[in-house]
Amino acid sequence: MTAPRDDRATTEPVDRDPNLGLDPDRGPDTGPGGGASAFGGGAPAVRRRDAARREAPVVAAVAAGGAAGAAARYGAALLWPTAAGAFPWTTLLVNAVGCAVMGAFMVLVTDLWAPHRLVRPFFGTGVLGGFTTFSTYAVDVQRLIEDDRAGTGLACLALTPLAALAAVWTAAATTRRALRGRR
Amino acid sequence: MNWLLVLAGGAVGAPLRHLTDRAVRSRHDGAFPWGTFTVNVVGCLVLGVLTGAVVHGAASHSAQLLVGTGLCGALTTYSTFSYETLRLAETGARFHAAANVVAGVLAGLGAAVAGAALAAALWG
Repeated sequence: MTAPRDDRATTEPVDRDPNLGLDPDRGPDTGPGGGASAFGGGAPAVRRRDAARREAPVVAAVAAGGAAGAAARYGAALLWPTAAGAFPWTTLLVNAVGCAVMGAFMVLVTDLWAPHRLVRPFFGTGVLGGFTTFSTYAVDVQRLIEDDRAGTGLACLALTPLAALAAVWTAAATTRRALRGRR
Repeated sequence: MNWLLVLAGGAVGAPLRHLTDRAVRSRHDGAFPWGTFTVNVVGCLVLGVLTGAVVHGAASHSAQLLVGTGLCGALTTYSTFSYETLRLAETGARFHAAANVVAGVLAGLGAAVAGAALAAALWG
């Protein structure tokens, strides 16, 4: 699982610009996990304690958001249950909605306003990450194939990523256009 | 009670994803989002085993809500997966973007199938 370093010469180092962080929780000020040891100054124990003190509220914000997001997804599944063998529309729509909100949210926090450092961990990583799910999607497809519903399973397998990518792309593009219109 | 199980699972799964992603990032600095890939594959495997266990009567509905709906649901993510794909495509890493979707979907499904097979072998 080593990163394909050769390709990096031809692609932009997408993960290096703090304003364009790929990870929705990677604000410029949250600091890298193990990166502190790369820089000098201070005893290792002190640096570890400082890093932990900075990280604890971020982890708590992610946990609170994750609980809320998972509960919202559970609520959607109770409101719109999927019968055994049927196409899992609820999970697909939950994922598409979560991706759309993520697309808009990330444009807002990178292009419009620099929020408090816990906003991205709470809402992006926590709420939206907890609301959307990859495991239910994959196991739904596996169950459908196992129950001789291969057609429905494969349709779900292909439609979900298409809907998710269309949602995140459309929402990000629309939000960018709206922001440009304001200026 | 059901809601509490989902809330508790979500409160564990999401930070687990966050910390795993951070740990993976500190070891791999390439463009490919291995952190999200890792949590999604692991979550699919665990949910595959758990769902199989429920089908074979080896796990309760409460375990399904706590570990399945809550923990695995929050550990795995579609929103970050698709946003990272969008960023790869927008920054010119088209190959990585396509590879991320294809590899993520196939590895996730493979992990779910492997988990179900494991459950069938254990409790079937």
